[in-house]
Amino acid sequence: MEKISDKNSYTVLFTIGMVIIVGSLLAFLASSLKEKIAENKRIEKQQNILYAMGVNENDESNVEFVSKNKVESEFSTYIKKQLVIQGDKIIEDDNAYLIDIKKEKELAKDAAYQRRLPLFIGEKENKTFYVVPIRGKGLWDAIWAYVGLDDKMVVQGVYFDHAGETPGLGANIKQRFFMDDFIGENLLSDGSFKGIKVAKGNADPKNIDKTDNEVDAITGSTITGDGVTAMIKSELKLYVPYFNTLK
Amino acid sequence: MAEVVEQEKEVKVAKEPLFSKKNRKLFTDPITDDNPITIQVLGICSALAITAELKASIVMSIAVLFVLGVGNVVISLMRNIIPQKIRIIVQLIVVATLVIIVDLVLKAFAYELSKTLSVFVGLIITNCIIMGRFEAFALGNGPWKAFLDGLGNAAGYAVILIIVGFFRELLGSGTLLGIPVLGNPIPGEKTGLYALGYENNGFMLLAPMALIVVGLIIWVQRSRNVALIEEN
Repeated sequence: MEKISDKNSYTVLFTIGMVIIVGSLLAFLASSLKEKIAENKRIEKQQNILYAMGVNENDESNVEFVSKNKVESEFSTYIKKQLVIQGDKIIEDDNAYLIDIKKEKELAKDAAYQRRLPLFIGEKENKTFYVVPIRGKGLWDAIWAYVGLDDKMVVQGVYFDHAGETPGLGANIKQRFFMDDFIGENLLSDGSFKGIKVAKGNADPKNIDKTDNEVDAITGSTITGDGVTAMIKSELKLYVPYFNTLK
Repeated sequence: MAEVVEQEKEVKVAKEPLFSKKNRKLFTDPITDDNPITIQVLGICSALAITAELKASIVMSIAVLFVLGVGNVVISLMRNIIPQKIRIIVQLIVVATLVIIVDLVLKAFAYELSKTLSVFVGLIITNCIIMGRFEAFALGNGPWKAFLDGLGNAAGYAVILIIVGFFRELLGSGTLLGIPVLGNPIPGEKTGLYALGYENNGFMLLAPMALIVVGLIIWVQRSRNVALIEEN
């Protein structure tokens, strides 16, 4: 006797039922958690920006952000101005940190669109910091960073993050030993923009030479490192005209 | 008629004590003599990909433990209504749904943890151990047995992952769970073993070394239990 579960009609009905159940379950869950997730992401962005200008609770070797409940007030204390640069226009916008860099990069593929570039100006101990969000590609997925600069485009702090780099290898770009190497490095070389290269065998593993536009790479994560190099080069370059006006 | 027989079987199973010897074997066998990685050779891909550090191995083990335990039960409960022709797709949907639910909930309530785990989401969905156990066990057994089988296989997977992760991180980076255990390797400030001329083996961090470590485990296991050696 043919079992009912072998019939084509049963299979079709089962499929439809399953899709409806699973689909509505996931849709319900996603929409009911959406606000909470967005809030978490907003807090994270603020933490990252503050981190890049050196406002964090780092101990000797670990990354520690400003705590969640303090971040809102610290953010308004330290970040003095948020700018959006679009071509020659510079607009002040207190929600500039919510600009989605990924979307802007997509839109900018259309040559007619002028990409909006957010820039956060912070002040700490009478020093001015310019924090720039950038985004690029790693080995498996997106990588991004918040780079804190002074007015001469010397790196003051940086926070890297990634969506899915290999744990233990490429994922180490968000470790202190890698990020701290960038502090003090120059993006300019003889007054023109050069970027910072994640270099293999640069004979400077302790990273004493801050004007060589190079930091030491991580073993086994060549492509992630190249992604970091490319991201810094192409994205930070867009901000050079703004920094020229500061001179 | 077939259904009646099925029901009778169910009753018998229910009478069996929860932790009968047979049931316990369901849990313990996959940890040793029927290990999913070293004997069934399943789940190798993730074992290669994420064992460069111990922490990632542990996180992945816990995630698989959860997904396989719950997934096996869900599939087992559905086993009589799943159409034969599309059972693989149904299994895939169950895993994917479970993983996405966990991911969403973590993103909302434990954001930090979810960031650590996000790397593993894709790897869990495609983990062959999970599909393998659904197909080979959960489809033909009751929920309790399926649950034990799921936990057992996940634990067997975890043991190997943690052993491999331990050696790869120790020999490759000189750390365990990110804490330096062999001294300071930075040139000029060397301490501990490094001061004696020891060097980290960068090779251990690359995926092929995981394969070699797994191979060594298989060798040790089979030379201790000759019955496991396949005959040609």
